[in-house]
Amino acid sequence: MAQQEVKEYQKYYVPEQSIWPIIGAVALFLIAVGAGTFTVEVSKGKEGHGEWILLAGIATLIFMVTGWFRNQIHESMSGLYSDQLSRSYRQGMAWFIFSEVMFFAAFFGALFYARTIAIPWLGGASNNAMTNEVLWPGFEAVWPLLQTPGGTESTQMGWFGLPLINTLLLLTSSVTCHYAHVGLEQDKRKQLSWMLGLTIILGCIFLALQVEEYIHAYEIGLTLDSGMYGNTFFMLTGFHGMHVTLGTVILIVLWFRIQKGHFTPDNHFAFQAGSWYWHFVDVVWVMLFFFVYIL
Amino acid sequence: MSTATDTLHHDEHDEHHHHHIPKGIKRWLFTTNHKDIGTLYLWFSFIMFLTGGAMAMIIRAELFQPGLQIVDPNFFNQMTTVHGLIMVFGAVMPAFTGLANWLIPMMIGAPDMALPRMNNWSFWILPFAFLILLSSLFMEGGGPAFGWTFYAPLSTTYSSDSTALFVFSVHIMGISSIMGAINVIVTIWNMRAPGMTWMKMPMFVWTWLITAFLLIAVMPVLAGVVTMVLTDKYFGTSFFNAAGGGDPVMFQHIFWFFGHPEVYIMILPAFGIISHIIPTFARKPLFGYASMVYATASIALLSFIVWAHHMFTTGMPVAAEMFFMFATMLISVPTGVKVFNWVATMWRGSMTFEVPMLFAIAFVVLFTIGGLSGLMLAITPVDFQYHDTYFVVAHFHYVLVTGAIFSIMAAAYYWLPKWTGVMYDNTLAKWHFWASLVSVNVLFFPMHFVGLAGMPRRIPDYALQFADFNKWISIGGFAFGLSQLIFLALLIKACRKKGEPASAQVWEGAEGLEWEIPSPAPYHTFETPPIIK
Repeated sequence: MAQQEVKEYQKYYVPEQSIWPIIGAVALFLIAVGAGTFTVEVSKGKEGHGEWILLAGIATLIFMVTGWFRNQIHESMSGLYSDQLSRSYRQGMAWFIFSEVMFFAAFFGALFYARTIAIPWLGGASNNAMTNEVLWPGFEAVWPLLQTPGGTESTQMGWFGLPLINTLLLLTSSVTCHYAHVGLEQDKRKQLSWMLGLTIILGCIFLALQVEEYIHAYEIGLTLDSGMYGNTFFMLTGFHGMHVTLGTVILIVLWFRIQKGHFTPDNHFAFQAGSWYWHFVDVVWVMLFFFVYIL
Repeated sequence: MSTATDTLHHDEHDEHHHHHIPKGIKRWLFTTNHKDIGTLYLWFSFIMFLTGGAMAMIIRAELFQPGLQIVDPNFFNQMTTVHGLIMVFGAVMPAFTGLANWLIPMMIGAPDMALPRMNNWSFWILPFAFLILLSSLFMEGGGPAFGWTFYAPLSTTYSSDSTALFVFSVHIMGISSIMGAINVIVTIWNMRAPGMTWMKMPMFVWTWLITAFLLIAVMPVLAGVVTMVLTDKYFGTSFFNAAGGGDPVMFQHIFWFFGHPEVYIMILPAFGIISHIIPTFARKPLFGYASMVYATASIALLSFIVWAHHMFTTGMPVAAEMFFMFATMLISVPTGVKVFNWVATMWRGSMTFEVPMLFAIAFVVLFTIGGLSGLMLAITPVDFQYHDTYFVVAHFHYVLVTGAIFSIMAAAYYWLPKWTGVMYDNTLAKWHFWASLVSVNVLFFPMHFVGLAGMPRRIPDYALQFADFNKWISIGGFAFGLSQLIFLALLIKACRKKGEPASAQVWEGAEGLEWEIPSPAPYHTFETPPIIK
């Protein structure tokens, strides 16, 4: 058995030296310095160069990703990749998505903690009657927290309407993304192209509606700084929106690659990764819809 | 499989091209070689170790006598904070990642790490991240001064404006760690040579597999919590502010949900290293290999349900305190299994005491002391007394310095001949070991006493009755710091290849794939996988 495996072993491709990683490190450096400086400047209303450093960092990062992926695509198309290497990429992507899950878990954790522990305690639950009585007299623990202990008021965002439409849009896009994948595996290029295109359009509509919803939220007084309800609402939906944006960009790149004839029924790691990512952002949205909007 | 054979021929043709080693700075900047990247990680972590150590010297100089003499309290706070951050994220973690890079591919018979370019990216993020962190010390208002745990509201309401830079530097450190961990996990999962089954894997590989899982699970949570600190401080959210419906205690829950697994991230690879060194110099196979694997996995799983033992005194229902107390004490079972196995491995072995073994034995004894004081701290009512005293400082320095760092030094001595091809200078090594061993105990052992007597941690001044002990602690600290310069001299000598040539096996009792290749290890190893029987 072992002998057999060795006979069929295709050498693992170890790339030559590459300039892209160090450019990526410089990009992250610029982004960190720029974002750090810009944050202070914005919140203090100061003038400075933070935004330019940040933009330079983002530009460098885009340059790096483009160059790096160009290399990868070239290598993949010239048949340097073995099945084993392809497995490495798949596993790497799977673990990356797991790390993203844990990132969202931190914010969901904050939401659950606030709802089940922090806010009831402020309202006098458990052995905290005096906390409520002395520090926050008159504060009532209810969710959504429309009036904070400090007195800030906000409005609830209902789940019927835009959020429901957005849920249906994303769920549909998961289905179309799946059929695009099926099309690729059965070598039906037309189905692949159409279904992926449809997924992208649904993703874009979702994002547009999300912007619409944010404008609406600010009009009715639900803002980022309006207490725990607004905090968790905007942080969770905001990070989700950023992930949908990234997912859409990935799908658009994939669509253009498909038009150029890339990917075969048995060699399409990039497509697989993109579709996994898309399903992941959908699952996060379903969680959001339940825990942020409905419950 | 004609394509496979074609590729094989094609690659054999490439071989010459592959074997030249790039020269100059470009070699290090653009490298995709796991050994080069391992070397970079190790040197970086050593430089950070000396930097963080210098900050510890400032702390000990201030505490040499009662009263405020050398630095002002705000600067003292910056020193304790940045010392902690540097030692955790800059010294211990990168050192283990460096060892993983050097050793895992050689131990499992892989040609390199699974994702070599991402490997380079993971490393080169780190110097930039620490450049940001260190330069924030020179900013107006000073650097981070809220302790490495950056509890809210110290890090939100009461922190200087360099906090934003702190947050983003932690973000990019996290990106580096997550990518490094993904690389390790994929390498182990997917790159083992034929016949290298799960239960044949060397212990260092096992412990790193589990460590990598912990890293991927908790580093994103750290990213989440620093993000909340950022928005609380600058964008008006109130995650950690009761007036807005949040809770500063929630900060501690989220932070320690990261922080406790993080503690095991810094010790599990150490367990792996010790499980290699003791069998070699006892000339016996590791006692209870399978139980070591299961113990490691149990420790990792338990690490997710014990976080609140760091916050017994900050406000929790009694039922929760009891749960976290018992869950924490449960960890001593798998840890006890490990210590038992190491001792049983030495039992009736043909022991010799080369320097790696000296460090390993010191590890077993001193780490156990740290473990036992941890057990004391786990008892909720007792912790009410010990919380935030020097007893806690003594505890975590025993597990981190004489635990994690001693294991890293043991590993450095053990594998250095394989890396450089020459034996290290044994005289210097023995000086380094004995000076470190004595001074580290002078440094940390009396902290137990001053802690039990009530001296609070993170304060630049103290009551007069602690003066004598603190003088000795400081002397121990300076001696330990100076001892590491011996290590520096030894490393420079070994890297300049001054010393007796080492054989392939290096140590008489050493077993494993890495000892079957020549010393120094060739630039590329196992380009076609060996077969493990």
